[in-house]
Amino acid sequence: MRLIAAHGLSVRLGAQLALHDIDLAVERGEIVTVVGPNGSGKTTLLRALVGAVAPAAGRVEQAPGLRIGYVPQRLHLDSTLPITVARFLRLGARRRNGSIARALEETGVPELAKRQMTALSGGQFQRVLLARALLAEPDLLLLDEPAQGLDHPGMAALYRLVGAVRDRQGCGVLMVSHDLHVVMGATDRVIALNGVIWCEGPPVAVSSAAEYRMLFGEAEPGALAFNRHTPEDGCSTTS
Amino acid sequence: MLDDFLTRACLAGIGVALAAGPLGCFVVWRRIAYFGDATAHAAILGVAISLAFSMSTVIGVLAAAVAMAVAVSTLSGRGLAMDTLLGVASHGSLAVGLVAVAVASPRAIDVEAYLFGEILAVTRGDLAVIWGGAAAVLGLVVWRWPALLTATLSPELARGGGISPEREQLVLTIAIAVLVAVSIKVVGALLITAMLIIPAAAARPFSGTPERMAAAAALIAVASVFAGLAASWRWDTPTGPSIVTLAVLFFAVSCSLGALRRKAG
Repeated sequence: MRLIAAHGLSVRLGAQLALHDIDLAVERGEIVTVVGPNGSGKTTLLRALVGAVAPAAGRVEQAPGLRIGYVPQRLHLDSTLPITVARFLRLGARRRNGSIARALEETGVPELAKRQMTALSGGQFQRVLLARALLAEPDLLLLDEPAQGLDHPGMAALYRLVGAVRDRQGCGVLMVSHDLHVVMGATDRVIALNGVIWCEGPPVAVSSAAEYRMLFGEAEPGALAFNRHTPEDGCSTTS
Repeated sequence: MLDDFLTRACLAGIGVALAAGPLGCFVVWRRIAYFGDATAHAAILGVAISLAFSMSTVIGVLAAAVAMAVAVSTLSGRGLAMDTLLGVASHGSLAVGLVAVAVASPRAIDVEAYLFGEILAVTRGDLAVIWGGAAAVLGLVVWRWPALLTATLSPELARGGGISPEREQLVLTIAIAVLVAVSIKVVGALLITAMLIIPAAAARPFSGTPERMAAAAALIAVASVFAGLAASWRWDTPTGPSIVTLAVLFFAVSCSLGALRRKAG
């Protein structure tokens, strides 16, 4: 079942066209990862999907009654504001203590409820944010760089957790990452983005595709011409 | 009971303290102390306007404070460095205000009363205005509490939850302006920011949740009013500054105890 889809989506930020003619869809139960260099429009794409920025062209289609759990990028909490994990999770909506405990259990940090948010490690913090997104009982999780600031084992553990959450809750996941190699084992499909969709497909296919390597400066531009539209590499280009 | 000027002073101080404590927490959390200063200093300009048009001081001060608060908060994030902008607005309005008061008033008036407050001269009418304003501010903060808190924690999270951070900022801005307007008689334009920041800062080391910090800040502010009035009475010191001095004392004690407790823990 299709949860969310973008059709010919373009987004303008000021004078600049941040996204151009994006087509994508996320199905229930699948994990889709958007990769791309800094400034490639990854965060803008998520924000356009949740309706936080209006499209300049095209449209976003959501399944009726779709519940989205959104984890934004770069959340900095000021240490002058004391707040426990449990209180943080109760923000904005009345939650029962039971559901908060369950959400923390689900993300593997049940012991943190009474800790101060600013005393958490990077990994713990991201897990609490994920727990917060799960409280909305989402059909679709939108995660913007969920593993930012973590070391490699921490990243791998977090992506395993995202996979486990998907398996248990049966939700769809659309996440943003700038490191395909770490996220490879945890994702069903990869979209390489740089303003436009450069290529998309299974992670192995995308990581070996010339478009992807060129996007990250690992291949010469000339290589693109030879690899474009070769069906056997499994990576479909949209140009 | 209200015939006693000391009773009226106590009640006026408590009214301001109860609203300043929780509101001050937001000033501390959002790091907008300088913004509070700019709003408070604009009050002097408001005094000049009231004198020039011979209208109620509260109205003139409220108008000037709201205008300044809205102007500064609209100009923020438009390329100018915020601290520079606030420095200009804050000291500019104070200086222009003092000049304007001197020009506007036909006879020499006691500007000091507006700068440092005149809590011992609070009338019954003043009391009504102070409690009315303080109740409005407190009511606004309690009513908007979840949205204000979320927007303060993270604008991004707020937007994700359907809360407009800009709207909540405007709510805070206006609340600060109202508090400034009604408390100018109690602690004056120069010290109202102190009543916002110091009790909240003193409450921080012993608060685990935002709600507890707001309640503790209100309590500390009330205690400062009582202790400050008592000290002023006993040693014949200026009352507004005495209240703030006591608040600073509470802050110092609280920080020391907080540091000790961290060391022990």
